Amino acid sequence: MKIRVENVSKRFGNFQAVDNVSFEVESGSLVALLGPSGSGKSTILRILAGLDSCDSGQVWFGDEKATDLHARARSVGFVFQHYALFRHLTVEDNIAFGLDVRGIPKPQARARANELLELVGLKGLGGRYPAQLSGGQRQRVALARALAPDPKLLLLDEPFGAIDAKVREELREWIRKLHDEVGVTSIFVTHDQDEAFSVADRVLLIHGGKVEQLGTPTEILDDPQTEFVARFVGEVSVFSAVIQGGKAVSGSLAARVDDDHREGDRVHLVIRSYDLKLWRDDAGIATVQRMVTLGDRVRVYANIDGAGPVTAQFPRRSSLLKGVEPGSRVQIEVTTARAYPAATSLAPSPASLSGP
Amino acid sequence: MADSQELELRAVTPTNTPHSHSRVRASLTPIAIGEQPAPSQLRWGKPVLIAIVLAYLAAVLVGPVLAIGYEVAIVGLGNALTALTAPDALAALRMSLGLAAISAVVNAVVGTVLAIAIVRYKFPGRGLLSALADLPLAISPVMIGLSFVLLVGRDGLLEAPLVAAGIKVLFAYPGLVLGTLFVTLPFTVREVAYVLEEIGTSEEEAAATLGASPAQTFWRVTLPNIRLGLSYGLLMTVARSLGEFGALLVLGGSISNETQTATTFIHDAIEERKTAGAYGMALVLALLSVALWTALHVLHTREAQKKAR
Repeated sequence: MKIRVENVSKRFGNFQAVDNVSFEVESGSLVALLGPSGSGKSTILRILAGLDSCDSGQVWFGDEKATDLHARARSVGFVFQHYALFRHLTVEDNIAFGLDVRGIPKPQARARANELLELVGLKGLGGRYPAQLSGGQRQRVALARALAPDPKLLLLDEPFGAIDAKVREELREWIRKLHDEVGVTSIFVTHDQDEAFSVADRVLLIHGGKVEQLGTPTEILDDPQTEFVARFVGEVSVFSAVIQGGKAVSGSLAARVDDDHREGDRVHLVIRSYDLKLWRDDAGIATVQRMVTLGDRVRVYANIDGAGPVTAQFPRRSSLLKGVEPGSRVQIEVTTARAYPAATSLAPSPASLSGP
Repeated sequence: MADSQELELRAVTPTNTPHSHSRVRASLTPIAIGEQPAPSQLRWGKPVLIAIVLAYLAAVLVGPVLAIGYEVAIVGLGNALTALTAPDALAALRMSLGLAAISAVVNAVVGTVLAIAIVRYKFPGRGLLSALADLPLAISPVMIGLSFVLLVGRDGLLEAPLVAAGIKVLFAYPGLVLGTLFVTLPFTVREVAYVLEEIGTSEEEAAATLGASPAQTFWRVTLPNIRLGLSYGLLMTVARSLGEFGALLVLGGSISNETQTATTFIHDAIEERKTAGAYGMALVLALLSVALWTALHVLHTREAQKKAR
């Protein structure tokens, strides 16, 4: 089912949680709502489920206007961050709940519940109570319960938020496979960009209750539309710069940027940690402060004369790193950089930014 | 300067470590405090504290209960129980049990509804309602009785309509019911509200997205979740209504065979020096209390186990 959200807004007291948000989700796709905490992404999900109402705007499920539909009439499966399993019911009864309340005969409901238990890989655990399961297992039960009544739309609120890192990785891959198998239109909320990019077909970036960008993971990585997106995605360094001769110049740093800017414009220059090269050169423009080894990669923190701190990443065995150590002078070449008008409210931070 | 520091340290450190003798290192010596067997005072402090608590409980709680048992033994258990078979004693006991049953049923419904309203819905006056539900705990039952008398008694605001409707409240059964309901109001509301607050709304929301109607959500999700808290509140309700005295005396007048309850029966029996009946009734109430107390304890343990799961 195709989902359309039109100019939806929602206030909580003085707080504008959702601010005139519009987007579309293609039938059968898996979309991530990505944004920092408090960006309004969970509220959007709850409005889609009918758990919260919107102050203005419309929600369309296919050709049907769903804005004023009660949650129970929407045929939406919702997976809560903390599972929200019925603690007094067995796993099987939890999964069958959505069928029981619709008056589907017991034997049929049991059969469907067991089918779903098998689908989520928990065959044989139907008689357990939620408290007797691990976090990952509970999340699978929650998913099976949401899928049991055959929803037209599946919504997942931070589905991996409360699960340890190792299991989370497995669950991500598994949920992608499950989605391809079941094919139900799905939207999940996350603040973890790796999660969004590795699982979703399309990513909707939300910030301050507004849509910053909707696109495929590649589009968002390669063509960030706003400064927020450029800074939020990946690990970046930001500089206050001025356009001079087609380049953004900040202290001794000069980087080629697109031609949307006029000579003399003040801009914020955003550079990804993997979009620059550096090598040992005593006549260079920066001094290395610190080097951190992260498995097969090395992260280099340096200070550019007159511009400020910069973060760069290299493969650990990169020939560029020869002779580079804390304290050494290096030359820097920027391969790709983006500049955004400095008038926006985002001030460049002194330290480089990284994703959460 | 270093001297005074060291003096202070000696004061708090029972035995000096070698460190504290070194003047130069005076500022470092606080570390030595941590190395001392600091809990030494607590080693005998703990049993003393426990002994004080036990002695207090014995004096305030266990003593009086045992005293009833002792008096009953002197009067003779047979005599005490025989005195209870007198028609007025049986009527008083039946009255108390009936009032307890009514307050349990009414509070189960009203308490749950009030708790849901206070916790789940946002409306103006919600805070006031929550505070009002606690009011009976703060007011003396005699005052409650008195205020009802002023309201429905002679020249009271509601006297005329009640007389017109032919309803007698004071010194009659409705008065006893009103008084009991008033003093027992807080227990289920508090317990259920606390549990509702704790479990949050996500299970109820999950039920709604799965297609459950509000009624289905209540019976299948909310009620099973508050069951334990509700039972706990009801046990306290019953205990409170069995023990209520002041409000029932003022509102009912303790008329034998009419508005006398177990507690007012004991009061009257003592006044009339019918000690056998008084002790017998007190024993019955004490046994009921022990039974309720045991039930509360069992529920408490079950709750603790449920949380540990």
